[in-house]
Amino acid sequence: MSAAGTAPRWAAALEGLPHEISAEQDGPCVRVALADLREALKRLRDRAGFAMCTFVTCIDGYPKEPRFELCHQLLSLEHNDRVRVRCTLPGDSAPTCSDLWPGAVWMERECFDMFGLRFEGHPDLRRLLMPDGYEHFPLRRDFPHHGIEPDRLYREWDRKRREHWTQTP
Amino acid sequence: MGSLKAIGAESAGEQGSLGFLATRTDWLINWGRKNSLWPMPLGLSCCGIELMAMFGPKFDLARFGAEAARFTPRQCDLLIVAGTLTWKMAQAARTIYDQMPDPKWVIAMGVCSSSGGMYDSYAVVQGVDSILPVDVYVPGCPPRPDAMIDAILKLQKKIEREDPLGRLIGTAGPMRSEAGSGELQFQPNFGRKRTALDKHAHDPKSRLPIEDPSPRRGGGKS
Repeated sequence: MSAAGTAPRWAAALEGLPHEISAEQDGPCVRVALADLREALKRLRDRAGFAMCTFVTCIDGYPKEPRFELCHQLLSLEHNDRVRVRCTLPGDSAPTCSDLWPGAVWMERECFDMFGLRFEGHPDLRRLLMPDGYEHFPLRRDFPHHGIEPDRLYREWDRKRREHWTQTP
Repeated sequence: MGSLKAIGAESAGEQGSLGFLATRTDWLINWGRKNSLWPMPLGLSCCGIELMAMFGPKFDLARFGAEAARFTPRQCDLLIVAGTLTWKMAQAARTIYDQMPDPKWVIAMGVCSSSGGMYDSYAVVQGVDSILPVDVYVPGCPPRPDAMIDAILKLQKKIEREDPLGRLIGTAGPMRSEAGSGELQFQPNFGRKRTALDKHAHDPKSRLPIEDPSPRRGGGKS
């Protein structure tokens, strides 16, 4: 969009912050560095009216390094437009945005559950879908689709149950 | 199999008028058990909808004496695992089975609970028979209520062959309900060997070269 000469409405909000605006197939996208991510999200919320965070997700390009890319999709109900904020992560930790949009708490938990991203400052970073005690991150691309010992937690539980039965008179 | 008839029913003489009935005790017990199954529906996914239809008036499981579905395992003797059982749910399913009073039977309804079905996945139990002793498997995705009624009838045939008194005095071998509760024999994908494809399913570097499975005859010349 910026290439076509007409800058998007929210471009002024990001002034002074290094970023790169591009047009993706389904909407505008802005790419920022990890250090500027929180500032960019904050400005987009406060100055450009993106009051809603539609999703927080991650893209794993496994053989590539760095492999993880964080992706926030924001929606402005006031102006009826969307923007996608992408950020390449050097490691597996990222700043949280759950204080900007409280609804992002579960999305970041899911992201942690499936990809193993550590969101710094997240109030409650626990497993969301997989059971507590599960060790792996299933949506990573180097995770085998049959899983790694998928019955491990069940077997541990089963063994304890049997011991309990045999020990109680 | 014995049959339920009064001795001397043919002659209807002095023996028939005595008012007693002769049969085998285990036959009588099995007859009572098979015609009063109390199912515990464990509806885990879309199979549960077909299960509801099975209990409904159109298919009417009450004709076979198994319509009294109770939602507590303590009152049931037939566990119907209807749907995709995940490993996270497996502990709950096993607990429900343990809470059912003996004698008890299990039907694995649908292809997901029979073998994992299309969910060849890290999260899904590849067949509930790895955690429960299954009596009847019902194919289908989901099976029609007719197929479930057929499964109930097959289970009734199976109950007819049981030996309840022999089990009580210990001559009938190990208890049937212990059959599937041993150490877990987990074999994803029927024990097929893993290849490099499974190790890194999406890693293009680890893909094996795929040979043409059916080379054309005649060396490509026609």
